[in-house]
Amino acid sequence: MPFQFTVNGRVASVDVPPMTRLLDVLREELRHTGPKEGCGEGECGACTVLIDGLPVNSCLVPVIQVDGATIVTVEGLAVEGRLSAVQEAFVQHGAAQCGICTPGFLVTAHALLERNPHPTRTEAREALAGNLCRCTGYQKIIDAVTDALSSGGDKC
Amino acid sequence: MLSCTAPVHQPRTLDEAVAQRAMHPFATVLAGGTDVMVYLEGGTLNPPAFIDLWKVNELRGITETAGTTRIGALSTWTDVANHALLPGALKDCARTIGAAQIQNRGTVGGNIVNASPAGDSLPMWLVLDALFEVRSWRGTRMVSAASFWQGYKRTALQADELLIAVHLPPTSGDVRYRKVGTRLAQAISKVVLALRVTTEHGRVGDARVAFGSVGPVPARAPEVEALLTGRPLTESNIDEAIGALAITPIDDVRSTAEYRNDVARRILRAELLAL
Repeated sequence: MPFQFTVNGRVASVDVPPMTRLLDVLREELRHTGPKEGCGEGECGACTVLIDGLPVNSCLVPVIQVDGATIVTVEGLAVEGRLSAVQEAFVQHGAAQCGICTPGFLVTAHALLERNPHPTRTEAREALAGNLCRCTGYQKIIDAVTDALSSGGDKC
Repeated sequence: MLSCTAPVHQPRTLDEAVAQRAMHPFATVLAGGTDVMVYLEGGTLNPPAFIDLWKVNELRGITETAGTTRIGALSTWTDVANHALLPGALKDCARTIGAAQIQNRGTVGGNIVNASPAGDSLPMWLVLDALFEVRSWRGTRMVSAASFWQGYKRTALQADELLIAVHLPPTSGDVRYRKVGTRLAQAISKVVLALRVTTEHGRVGDARVAFGSVGPVPARAPEVEALLTGRPLTESNIDEAIGALAITPIDDVRSTAEYRNDVARRILRAELLAL
């Protein structure tokens, strides 16, 4: 039974067992390797993608539940080859170290900034609490997220 | 990579869901997947089939009729946290469940039916006198939260039944919620406390105290409630009531019995003193 949904603006169709994890479909079938597998049990957030605009752990979503949905991975954040505001802010602030958590942080932060373009540090910490980083100590990530749209505007 | 090839039945309406539950009593019911997918990946779940409720929109929505609030079983914790009608303490509870990614997917019904002793929301339903609306091909019945969890991961649901909604009757009093875990987000609770207390002329009218993670099922503490009722909330009365608390937590991977005994009393004391 094929499942059809949109990934980063393009229609995708896959024919896999219905309980296949969205994470595996994205990585193995569609070759979007931005979402990473960290824990595989919804603790670390490295596999975060947006489903219909909301951040979720793609390791916990069976593909049958996204039939007809709109999915955005980290590969979908840059527009026409230009980094998004939050991606640019991560570069400026040195918010990535080993990098494996970064795609998940960027996707969660993107959803936060769409809803709340100028979050406080507390709001940013709360929104990003489901993403774990084992290198940076979080300060630079929070710096980047709260600074991403500080030069004005609310387009992330 | 998960290679589960069990068939998945995907009803679109509540009637279809009820019919499929009757036909597939051994199937695992899937809602937001935040528990089921973990068990599946961990190899502890291998059912002959699944019934996926995710597309049954009739199970979504939070409404109020004559003071009673009805929460559709498929409402997510994000839905609960953002809803104007619900008690503040229930929204506080919703915000402690996992983090945004889990709250966007995990459901009220899933947390209740999964029946983990550490289920974050379960003590809340006990103090709010919640009724669970249960549907099968035989009809609908209401089960009180107080009689729903019958043992470790065991509920009052029959094999052909689905939990379809939670009903919150009109209640009064101050409602409070505390969860103690390793960190604020993404932690499975070591101790959960919910309480609801009404006061009249400086004395406690009605007291509801419930704990999670300190026994095989979430449970009220009637011995504490009895000693609070009818008396002013003075420090000595509170300490006397807490002295009667009869929980029997265990040592496990997340905490020890000693820690849980101590912390349960301390957070109960702090919350009662703050009323």
